[in-house]
Amino acid sequence: MGSTRPDRRRFLKGGAALASGLTVGAVEPALGQLPEPSTFIKGSDEMVAYGERSRFVTSVRIAHPPDNRPSPDEFGLVFHVASPLQDSVGMITPSSLHFVGTTRGSFVPEIDPREHRLMIHGLVDRPLTFTMEDLRRLPSVTRPHFIECAGNRSSPRHTTVQETHGMTSCAEWTGVLLSTLLKETGVKDAGKWIVAEGVEEVKGASSIPMEKAMDDCLVAYGMNGEAVRPQNGFPLRLLVPGFEGIFNSKYLRRVKVVDRYYMTYNDYGHLNREPERAALGYQIGPKSVITFPSAGQQLPGRGFYEISGLAWSGGGAVGKVEVSTDGGRRWMDAEIQGTAHRMAHTRFRYQWNWDGQQTELLSRCTDELGQVQPTRAQVAEFFNAPGVPGQDNSIQPWRIASDGSVHNAIT
Amino acid sequence: MRLLRFPGEAPAWTALLPRSQPAWLLPRRAWPTERLARKPSRVACLQPAGFFGVLAMLMLVGGTALAQGPTYGIGTTPTEENIRAWDISISPTGEELPPGRGTPEEGALVYRQKGCAGCHGREGKDGRAPRLVKREAEPSTDPWDLGRILPIRAPYATLVWDYINRGMPLNREGTLTADEVYALTAYLLFINDVIPDDAVMDAKSLPKIEMPNRDAWAPLPDWKPGMPRLQGYPY
Ligand code: HEC
Repeated sequence: MGSTRPDRRRFLKGGAALASGLTVGAVEPALGQLPEPSTFIKGSDEMVAYGERSRFVTSVRIAHPPDNRPSPDEFGLVFHVASPLQDSVGMITPSSLHFVGTTRGSFVPEIDPREHRLMIHGLVDRPLTFTMEDLRRLPSVTRPHFIECAGNRSSPRHTTVQETHGMTSCAEWTGVLLSTLLKETGVKDAGKWIVAEGVEEVKGASSIPMEKAMDDCLVAYGMNGEAVRPQNGFPLRLLVPGFEGIFNSKYLRRVKVVDRYYMTYNDYGHLNREPERAALGYQIGPKSVITFPSAGQQLPGRGFYEISGLAWSGGGAVGKVEVSTDGGRRWMDAEIQGTAHRMAHTRFRYQWNWDGQQTELLSRCTDELGQVQPTRAQVAEFFNAPGVPGQDNSIQPWRIASDGSVHNAIT
Repeated sequence: MRLLRFPGEAPAWTALLPRSQPAWLLPRRAWPTERLARKPSRVACLQPAGFFGVLAMLMLVGGTALAQGPTYGIGTTPTEENIRAWDISISPTGEELPPGRGTPEEGALVYRQKGCAGCHGREGKDGRAPRLVKREAEPSTDPWDLGRILPIRAPYATLVWDYINRGMPLNREGTLTADEVYALTAYLLFINDVIPDDAVMDAKSLPKIEMPNRDAWAPLPDWKPGMPRLQGYPY
């Protein structure tokens, strides 16, 4: 930012304590910015038509994993992109910051919604094709759901919560229940699975059990109050609440009802030798992470802080979140913000007075099924193997150093 | 067929469900968060849970055995051709495979002509795109340890055909003929020592190939709503 206007410099100086993202509260009251005419943003047609965030808010997504494959790569393919959880507030991820995952590197198809069709066929009584207009006429539901990538795993090399946990996001999705459409086509007795396929070049197709398809899968055209964004599947995306990200086919154009696991390329990517690992990589486990304070952030000094974080589970609603401020010796119930929705991020909060001593902050989620988020040591012991086999839902410790710097404490 | 509905409640067609429907077709319990969000009402039987409960009971007592028909009458019927044109899912037993054939030798030629070699390298190695041939290994090596290479790790050869057909060549997907896809599949299986050089791949032979990983993968659990992810997992 090259501006030399004194009012801006003064603001930036005050706000520099927090490097990026939301700087609210970081400015000392005495240095507060007074509105002067020169600091007003001039109206433009763009501002009238489609709003923009403040240029002082610089929170952005990053390629994931940070030390792996470049994105875009040499073919122009974009691979995984992680959401800046360290700056998140509330439970909804803005569409622009929603994480993006792909089966492999992919291009985003440019789809004219007027041309788009969803076909349902296979072991059905009446195959049907729906236009976007058709879908808009059908009874709809709106639900908040998280989507998390199976690759969302913490590593000692990661230095921020965006790197350790940024491959999860939560949006409010609107669309037609897949069960509504499947009842419209009818399903033959032999139809035990569906294969849901998108338009993009590998047409990301996954086998999904019919029980799930009829339970809560959602054919979504809306995301956070507007059309689904292209990177998230415009114009139509399948939501498979609580299942790994890859099941949530983007650019949905075809649902085929089949009699068995179809071993698609996505399914192949999921294969495991051991049944335990396969099972744990299917439905997302109970999980939580403290987003403030989190690694890479800096506490200005001892005193009061509201610890805040996100919890979620593929097993249903979050039942309880506990926080430990002493490295896991004592656990206290955190406050849950509002209603805990099923398969949705849930914001939790805990009031904390930091005494200035080095310590570790942890959070632990228990879901409505009673599944409890494990420590890394517990997972390693269960599998008798190092690391966290299967999908990683282990407890994330953050170390607060006595100088107020915050670090990833996993080893 | 027009049926009356309570606003915001289960569509009335649920009353027409025959008794023999599998459990998943039965009306499900209300979505808990929606139930929470709703003010307590004294008309309990109009709440989804109560309403569904009464319906379920009625159906148990003596449900009508009417066939299930469409409720909304929205959507159009695709032709057989529409379906065939779009249906590119190839099952492990290969029912959807089109007519055509190809050999490893033909495949080696197509591999160069269609630009596969330009990205994946000659003979499937040393290219910018992923390796397509396994590394040198003892014949006794567990196939899982040969790397994430589709034509060796895939449990079914049909998957190799399916992937090339839908996804390659990158940027020019959908430009290969069925014969070319059979030939490329044959070539990739041959350089990975899965089939001999004189094997002919077609809709009959391809599904019969015994891939090294055919049964060496763990099936997924039988998923049910409200199920923990792994029975007996303590966390
Ligand atoms: C423009 C470059 C390019 C061309 C041309 C190309 N590929 Fe690929 N191919 C790729 C890339 C990149 C990937 C990996 C995609 C990813 O995971 O991001 C890939 C993946 C594959 C895979 C899956 C690898 C695995 O183990 O999962 C197969 C099989 C394959 N290609 C076969 C072919 C064949 C056969 C052709 C020729 C018809 C071809 N490719 C042409 C770039 C190319």
